[in-house]
Amino acid sequence: MTAIQDPYATGPRAAFDPAAAATAATDAILHDTLHGTRRGVVVDSPPGAGKSTLVVRAARELAAAGRPLMVVAQTNAQVDDLVLRLAGKDPELPVGRLHSSEPGAFDPALAELPSVRTSAKAADLAGMDIVVATAAKWAYTKVEEPWRHAIVDEAYQMRSDALLSVAGLFERALFVGDPGQLDPFSVVGAEQWAGLAYDPSSSAVATLLAHNPDLPQHRLPVSWRLPASAAPLVSGAFYPYTPFRSGTGHGDRRLAFGVPGDGSGVDRVLDEAAESGWGLLELPARHTPRTDPEAVGAVALVVRRLLDRGGAATSEQSPEPAPLTADRIAVGTAHRDQAAAVRTALAGLGVRDVTVDTANRLQGREFDVTVVLHPLSGRPDATAFHLETGRLCVLASRHRHACIVVCRAGVTDLLDEHPSTEPVRLGVTVKFPDGWEAHHAVLAHLEEHRVRWRP
Amino acid sequence: MSLIESLARMEAVAAGRARPRCTVRHRHLSERPLVLVLLTTAGEAGAPLGALVGTDREKPVLLAVPQPRDRDLRFAFLAELAETMLPYVDGFADDVEWEERKETDPETGKKVPVQVELCADAPQVIVPSAGGIEFVRLLGRSMRFRRTAEQEPETPYPAPPHVPLLGRWLTHFGERARVPGAGLLVSMTGLLTRHWATGQSALEDQHLGALLAWIDPPAGLSGQEAAERAESARDADGQLRCPPAGPATDPAFDNRLLAPAMARYDAGLPGAEEEFRALVEGQLRPTWDAVWRGVDLLRTLPEGARVADRWKRDRWSYTAHRDRVRAGEPPQPKRDDAVTAAQKLSARETAQAQLDAQEALDDPLVMAGRRLAGEAFRGTVTGVEMAMSEGKRPMPRPLVTLRTDDRPHLSQGARLHRPLADGRTQSAEFVAYADGDPGMPVVRLTGGMGRGRTPEAGSVPEPGEAVCWTLFEHSPRGGPELPAPEDTPWTHGGPPPGAGDAPPETPDPVTAEDFL
Repeated sequence: MTAIQDPYATGPRAAFDPAAAATAATDAILHDTLHGTRRGVVVDSPPGAGKSTLVVRAARELAAAGRPLMVVAQTNAQVDDLVLRLAGKDPELPVGRLHSSEPGAFDPALAELPSVRTSAKAADLAGMDIVVATAAKWAYTKVEEPWRHAIVDEAYQMRSDALLSVAGLFERALFVGDPGQLDPFSVVGAEQWAGLAYDPSSSAVATLLAHNPDLPQHRLPVSWRLPASAAPLVSGAFYPYTPFRSGTGHGDRRLAFGVPGDGSGVDRVLDEAAESGWGLLELPARHTPRTDPEAVGAVALVVRRLLDRGGAATSEQSPEPAPLTADRIAVGTAHRDQAAAVRTALAGLGVRDVTVDTANRLQGREFDVTVVLHPLSGRPDATAFHLETGRLCVLASRHRHACIVVCRAGVTDLLDEHPSTEPVRLGVTVKFPDGWEAHHAVLAHLEEHRVRWRP
Repeated sequence: MSLIESLARMEAVAAGRARPRCTVRHRHLSERPLVLVLLTTAGEAGAPLGALVGTDREKPVLLAVPQPRDRDLRFAFLAELAETMLPYVDGFADDVEWEERKETDPETGKKVPVQVELCADAPQVIVPSAGGIEFVRLLGRSMRFRRTAEQEPETPYPAPPHVPLLGRWLTHFGERARVPGAGLLVSMTGLLTRHWATGQSALEDQHLGALLAWIDPPAGLSGQEAAERAESARDADGQLRCPPAGPATDPAFDNRLLAPAMARYDAGLPGAEEEFRALVEGQLRPTWDAVWRGVDLLRTLPEGARVADRWKRDRWSYTAHRDRVRAGEPPQPKRDDAVTAAQKLSARETAQAQLDAQEALDDPLVMAGRRLAGEAFRGTVTGVEMAMSEGKRPMPRPLVTLRTDDRPHLSQGARLHRPLADGRTQSAEFVAYADGDPGMPVVRLTGGMGRGRTPEAGSVPEPGEAVCWTLFEHSPRGGPELPAPEDTPWTHGGPPPGAGDAPPETPDPVTAEDFL
């Protein structure tokens, strides 16, 4: 099992200046991107380490140097977000948003921006400094002359075959992504290509580095999102060989409630999470269907009480406590039907505007408090899907203040009964840690913040 | 496992026999399939022990290798297999129909219609289980690179004629079998488990005898009792009454019967070969009969409406490989290059999406599973409100309110699809729940109503009409075009070496001692 080490415990805090470390890393990345001779630069970014900020900055600096570039992101939401950020930083910058021809393909807010042009045809966007689109859209685009530069965002979530269909569009590229999040997958078997450097079902970065092992690789060392209570756990459990730290210290963030707890299990776990950053609401052991009504009800009740008790979040972003509103809370689940059940339960309690989604869809998003229905809660078995490291990592790393996990008892025993059984294949890089180990590490930490409760 | 499949399996346990998962047959079943039951030798990769093969259930051709470690005998077996199978495989090559297809004209670069040949039917090879498909692949891999004396007079150990050709066909069938819903090479356990749910695990379903026992138990026995008997009942000599469907054999058979018979053959005793052949046939015959019993069971189901459409793709696949063989192209490479691998993966993902959609549209029981999973909903129209789109040319966008007991996972603006009576698909989007009632979704029709200002007659459902909307597309598109292999980008290692190029000098990165 991975030992969770607090990097602060190993040295005096004063020795580490997060802002300086992050700036040094960013400067090195930009230097390699703007002045390097290699065709690719790879940047690993842990959760909330300023990946989007880096992409925006690199894009603007390349454009400012008179080097037009294409930007590849994976979803339309990510593309819209990037365009909005670019326009926010520099309203004059000519940005093209290439989109599909279906209605509602892009955020209508883009139409309001004066220097942003949207089109379904690449030719309409010729001459723009930056053109942004999804990998799927770029794959259908033909260019006379390849772009000299590209930025590929969320490159670890991009599949190798998607990179294959767009790599001919650019000469060199900056690949940015989070290796700890969900790996791309295929609904059909791809075992026959396992071990090949260009296995089409592997991630774009895996293929890129297999063929170009000497490309410069960088790492963003500081998570600005995760609080000091979460960074050591997430770093130790999911990034054991590439540790990172939080940008804020233990006293920099505070979550407090205006209404005192009523002594119930739900309120006690809220108090524990406000105090320590983590809370585990443990329901009695039981095998249940995926949409376990008791666990779903408990999740909804936790959210209801979070809102009712007048939470206020203090952080480095605002000196005054900011009220914890519904839009700052998210519920994360493993399956879509679980998310649907939670939404129904929340509606029944009169809660609106709280984001409820699966790990896949929460990737890249940030909230003050998250409530997680544990992927293994109530399950009789632990499949590769539920053990996937990235799924748990996404769920455990979306919050700025606190994360509350709702789970049935007995998951540690379940894990012990279901060790990973995925076959080991020649030529495939073994990923560390495996999901089994990461789950144990997270559970061991959550045990310390456990509140037992019978609904 | 989906909720409806869990339910079907629990019902099967309660009822003591398998439960149907479908109301129609979702796979093409040839009128004249070739059944191939193979056995392999324990402890020796790719050493066939024997086979029953043929299209006539009463008269299978028996092939046996009395000493599987003798490579001459092994190649004699493969030659015989080729003599037996190739006439069947080639038998569909010359009966063609003409199809129009758009091809890019090399001179003008425009797409022009051309007439191309499409074989009217194609071979279908049925093996007992998934292991059989793997063994077919292995045989294909071991045969297709062999050279015959005719191809290469200097070759030191020439393969018998037709062996490389059969290897190429078996490789093609093996690759095609990886495409969801394809039918050139199928396993009987795969066909049966698609159509029936048993009360045992998916792993246990790989035992053809046990699977058939659940689907059609003998009188007086429950499925579970019959399955247990099929798996473990032995006769007085300790031999399984229902031998494994291969390619692996039962160790008790290997030790007590096969090894002595092989020793007698090696000693050159008179009659030993005939005895050996009888022994192997005794192991193969029950599986042969079981496969045909499975064929009978599947034939009781009517064929799904879109099965012929998928079989046509198999015919295209067969025709294309026939053309490659005729054009004298080399055998399939050991490994796919980057572009081919990506193309195959993309084609299979599209095939999977199409298969899932088509099965649901062909079969109300499959659709029920999708409805239970929140991916479709069926309801009665309670109201239709006419509305028009905004813009220069307003188009009809009627709002349809339904009453349904299903609980689909709808988010605002979610795209919906519905089959129309004429086979077209109508598109719509989810608007809201009427009065916030999750049993009353309102959808806005966005297509399938013709080009006029008033919708075509019958294209807008009327109050009282039962309609079924799906959240999944009915004919999902394939992926984007990929670069030509010679344009493989630097991210994927650049262009693969050509056929005439020297083998790469760098050893395999993982095992340095291997030049793969």
